[in-house]
Amino acid sequence: MELTISIILGFMIIGAIYALHAKDLLSAVVAMGIVGYGLVICFLLLKAPDLAIVQIVVETITLVIMVAVVLDSTRDEIAVTFDRRSIINMVTGLIVFAALFYFFILAIGNLDPLGSHTLRMSESYVNGAVEKTGSVNLVTGVLFDFRAYDTLGEAVILYTAALGVLTLLRMKGKK
Amino acid sequence: MEGMSTIVKKVTQLMAGIIFMYGIYIILHGHLTPGGGFAGGAIVAGAFILLILAFGSSALNLKKEVSGTSNVESVAILIVLLLALMALLFGIKVFFFNYLPKGEPGELVSAGVIPLYNIFIGIEVAAAILTIFLALVIFKEESSK
Amino acid sequence: MTVYILCFVLFLVGLYGVITRRNLIKIAIALSIMEFSIFLMLVLIGYIDGGLAPIVDPDLAGQIYVDPLPQAMVLTAIVIGLATTSMLMAIAIRLYRKYKTFDIREIKNLRG
Repeated sequence: MELTISIILGFMIIGAIYALHAKDLLSAVVAMGIVGYGLVICFLLLKAPDLAIVQIVVETITLVIMVAVVLDSTRDEIAVTFDRRSIINMVTGLIVFAALFYFFILAIGNLDPLGSHTLRMSESYVNGAVEKTGSVNLVTGVLFDFRAYDTLGEAVILYTAALGVLTLLRMKGKK
Repeated sequence: MEGMSTIVKKVTQLMAGIIFMYGIYIILHGHLTPGGGFAGGAIVAGAFILLILAFGSSALNLKKEVSGTSNVESVAILIVLLLALMALLFGIKVFFFNYLPKGEPGELVSAGVIPLYNIFIGIEVAAAILTIFLALVIFKEESSK
Repeated sequence: MTVYILCFVLFLVGLYGVITRRNLIKIAIALSIMEFSIFLMLVLIGYIDGGLAPIVDPDLAGQIYVDPLPQAMVLTAIVIGLATTSMLMAIAIRLYRKYKTFDIREIKNLRG
């Protein structure tokens, strides 16, 4: 299991690096699809079919929106130029990355190894949840009964984003 | 934006209804099988996006559509909030309490208010995604004139 | 452990993109990549070896199920990711109409 997911993650990293360095914006957007659809396969392997269904549809819609925006504007990537400032930025970035990586290595020492997770807080969400909520699908039970506030907040965020897009695109700009 | 070729239009006519029905199935069976309001709503929105892409925006009166979808979205999220508030009237007085009878686990009509939440969250997600997409399409149409 | 480290490498690739790229579309792509790595990390933490997908069969008792809590959290986060990405796209296309470029330095320099 760990090996399979590592291989898929390797492909996702290669796709991500290509997406950031592509000369053509359309191929960059398509290369982002490698990362998204690889994530779908990982979700299926990790026994999360709900997430796989949502992710595959959302990824497709995101790709449609991004391709529409890129085709509507320009496909050319801006040429990257090197000067003294960019070298200083690179060195700073490398130091920050190394520090982040060091603290991450420290942090995952406290995590359980993959596959031996012990249920702590969510034990009561699994044991006897069917009698409490009546829902056979435990994820739906958590979403709409135990943690319904999260779902309400999520729906409000989506509503706000739709209103924000309407405000941004339908108003008349300053000439 | 003009529509695509005749073959694409014919296939879209045949497929869009099936995709729409699959989305409805995912929403209604959200408490029994994988899926639920979020997944089903996104699939329903995908069916409409397929129709708009294949037939072009000239065939539809898009400006009326976008006000319609944003109204539907507002009403759906209001109904979700009202369903949650009704828990303060029935049962024990807790926000988001599951006050309807639970029924037999595994049946289609069971789990109290969860299927209702699923349905209205699905409508809200579908309308929100469709609003975003229609706003982008209208912006493109207006700026290309 | 290698899976966690690879997940973090994917996060760092996204962070690198956000810092170094000058194109608005590339920045949106890099943000999406960071989001994906965090989703995968959360789901990996909740995985249990030999566990079933969290759909209970009422006839069978004593089964092990994977943790449903991270999956529910990630489910909401995916839809929020769609909302933020489309919002970024709207801002990008709006800026392109005004400045005729996606370069964030030029957009910063042109005022009014």
